[in-house]
Amino acid sequence: MTTSSTTPLLEIRGITAGYGSIEVLHGISLEVREGEIVSLIGGNGAGKSTTLHCISCLVGLRAGEVRFAGESLANVAAHEIVGRGLVQVPEGRKIFPRMTVLENLRMGAYSRNDRAGIESDLEEVYALFEILKSRTSQLGGTLSGGEQQMLAIGRALMSRPKLLMMDEPSMGIAPLLVTKIFEAVKALRTRGLTILLVEQNARAALKLADRGYVLETGRIVLEGTCAALLSDQRVQAAYLGE
Amino acid sequence: MPDWIDSDVLIQQLLLGLSNGMIIALIALGYTMVYGIIELINFAHGDLFMLGSFLALTLVGAAMNCGLIDPALMGETSHWWLLGTLVLVCGIFCGGVNLAIDHLAYKPLRRASKLSQLVAAIGVSFIIVNIGLFWGGLPMEVFGGGGAAAAPKDFPSLVSDANLLGEESFVVLTWNDIVIFAVTIPLMIALTLFVKFTKLGMAMRATAQNVTAARLMGVDVNKVIAATFAIGGFLGGAASVLYANYNSTVSFQMGFRAGMDAFTAAVLGGIGSLPGAMLGGLLIGMVRAMSDQFVGTEWTNVVVFSLLVLILIFRPTGLLGLKQREKV
Repeated sequence: MTTSSTTPLLEIRGITAGYGSIEVLHGISLEVREGEIVSLIGGNGAGKSTTLHCISCLVGLRAGEVRFAGESLANVAAHEIVGRGLVQVPEGRKIFPRMTVLENLRMGAYSRNDRAGIESDLEEVYALFEILKSRTSQLGGTLSGGEQQMLAIGRALMSRPKLLMMDEPSMGIAPLLVTKIFEAVKALRTRGLTILLVEQNARAALKLADRGYVLETGRIVLEGTCAALLSDQRVQAAYLGE
Repeated sequence: MPDWIDSDVLIQQLLLGLSNGMIIALIALGYTMVYGIIELINFAHGDLFMLGSFLALTLVGAAMNCGLIDPALMGETSHWWLLGTLVLVCGIFCGGVNLAIDHLAYKPLRRASKLSQLVAAIGVSFIIVNIGLFWGGLPMEVFGGGGAAAAPKDFPSLVSDANLLGEESFVVLTWNDIVIFAVTIPLMIALTLFVKFTKLGMAMRATAQNVTAARLMGVDVNKVIAATFAIGGFLGGAASVLYANYNSTVSFQMGFRAGMDAFTAAVLGGIGSLPGAMLGGLLIGMVRAMSDQFVGTEWTNVVVFSLLVLILIFRPTGLLGLKQREKV
């Protein structure tokens, strides 16, 4: 969508990473510009989550570099990332099960100290996901999968991020709620949030996003606008089931 | 009530169980908090408790040497200021030592297997026991007792031993009992409020429930772990003063027994659960007191651990324990 020549908000250059003796990412590069929705699609084990973990500094890099807002994240600890405006909605939601909905949302604002801003953001999250407002004192673990996903997104928004990364938000969730969640994501972009979306549900992800990258066994094999990817024969065969 | 049970005896044992149970509960909190955060059974915790009581005894001796207290009046009058100071000082001391233990012994092994960490904890336990043995060999004979390093040391009563129910009463209730409740209950309330409402307390709960998510939200997990060790240590240190004052004796080996009771209490209540540790502590204290009186002291350990086994068979997560896994 945007083709401005300014530096991208997020820039990944040739990163290599893995666990123990297994290398998962073999030098991938991608970028996300301000205001874009970029989706990263690929099958199971392609390295999508590992890519996000590299950006979140949960997994160390063996080579390459991640830059956010023009700065390298090379020597940044995982807990410092969120303060820079970069937040992840992790795979499987990972909400705090024995904390209430409100406590979960407050944990999202852990890195902030502006009380008034936190309260107004809380109202915004409730406006986005009305169901959460009626469940403030319910324990996170007792919510349904879809509600938990909304809570996880709401929690991430509470950090007032510049870039929101989402790892498989549609996984294990009723189709009706998936639609609702994707609509919420669309609404977020109109507020100027930049989004990096990792999905196995390639069709939904590509319909929502501006650009996409296709990841296969640790390498980016295709990239382009979503319109181009949706009509690409290889993508259709491998990910859209056509 | 069957007539072979004397109601006075029953009440006395209840009181004894309650007092000891509160102390066990305070120690159990240290086990359960650390387990909740890093899934480590900190075997050194009971021995840290022992170290706290040695510091308390040393400080009492120092206060005596400085003429701050009169040995002839111990147990006659109450030295509230001394008791309060000891609870605070020994609490801070044990909190600091626990922090150091984590930093030196456990932190380097954070990414190692659970077994390595467990072995490290057992190693630290041995080290502390021997520090206690060395400490006991110092010239610290305060109020009689053995002068040998390994001998149990007498600990004087810091508050009045007079029976508050009157000289005639069979049931004995002294300030020594009341002090225990006056210290443990506010500490437990403070801990509960701290964990529920403060930012650090929230971070502790979040870390216990999902470390990765806590990190992603900006929680410095190492700081949270350090705070957990400091708080757990503080509670153990406070408990050590109460224990020494109540039971009138300290020994370098007392950490094993107290630690065993407290660890059992934590498992019984549901390891990782704060109310569970409190409930478990009280239960173990009660069962011990009842078994000592009505079954026989030689059977008490059998009774306690049989109860533990039974509860774990029927409720593997303990009385107030959490379900194993949340739904995915």
